Amino acid sequence: MEIPYTVAERPDTGLNNVKLGIWLFLASEVMLFGGLFSTYILLRVGATDWPVGSTLLNVPIGTFNTTILIISSITMVMAHASLKLDDFGKYKTYMGATILLACTFLAVKGYEYWEKVSHDHLPAESTYLAIYWTLTGLHGLHIVGGIIVNSYFWGPGSAMWRTKREQFENRVEAAGLYWHFVDLVWIFLFPVLYLL
Amino acid sequence: MSGNVAEVEKHVAAYRKVGAALLVLTVVTVAASYLPTAVPLAIVIALIIATTKGSLVASVFMHLVGERKAIYWALALTVVFWVFLMSLPLLGQWDTIGVQKTLPNANAPAMDAEEEH
Repeated sequence: MEIPYTVAERPDTGLNNVKLGIWLFLASEVMLFGGLFSTYILLRVGATDWPVGSTLLNVPIGTFNTTILIISSITMVMAHASLKLDDFGKYKTYMGATILLACTFLAVKGYEYWEKVSHDHLPAESTYLAIYWTLTGLHGLHIVGGIIVNSYFWGPGSAMWRTKREQFENRVEAAGLYWHFVDLVWIFLFPVLYLL
Repeated sequence: MSGNVAEVEKHVAAYRKVGAALLVLTVVTVAASYLPTAVPLAIVIALIIATTKGSLVASVFMHLVGERKAIYWALALTVVFWVFLMSLPLLGQWDTIGVQKTLPNANAPAMDAEEEH
């Protein structure tokens, strides 16, 4: 049985199911991270003493990772544009670059985590470190999810381009929306945790 | 088809410009954190820059500019719930249930007068 409105727009919303579905999912993600940001504000306002992030975290490394994630967002949007321009070769290059950049982000984050663990800066040490590990850990899991999905669309999933081009293009657009959201969350996490 | 190609190429040019702006704003965020300002002002500056960057990503990369109304409605509802969620800490702060309140007794002698005796 064919799933309806994977490509065609629904008459009631003017959207296909892929786009509506991913946006509703992202709305739930806003609430997930929003809850944690709310927790951060509550804990910080109520704390008698709160460390400045730059005294505990490595700002140049954080800046490097922010740059990596922004570039990956650019390559992701270029991958989708390449499909629209009917250039599958460029799509592969840009999507491959997105995956590599995401892996670089995780490797750098892993190094930061290793540094924290080796200095015994664990969540139990302070409220600041507890919220740091929680927020960056959850964000890191989202990066892992993005790598899995993007790798599928770069590898085996890209076979759909030969049979159902428009549907494949929609799928990549949805994956891109998710990836930009992950970038957007980091845009707020970086100053809040590293600089303030 | 050629019109569609021209349209996509126009978008690609916008992606490049926004990408460059995001990288510049990242440098500005870090530079601003080294300014000798009070913490509340530093928070406001950092959040203004982060919001600008976030808006660029959402409007251009996520194509929110020119999106269908259904998406806007879904996001508007999210904003309402998000504002409620963010205000929960304030509700906790203002919560006085269980806190004993005492009204001043108008007939009680003034503290100064008591001390004189």
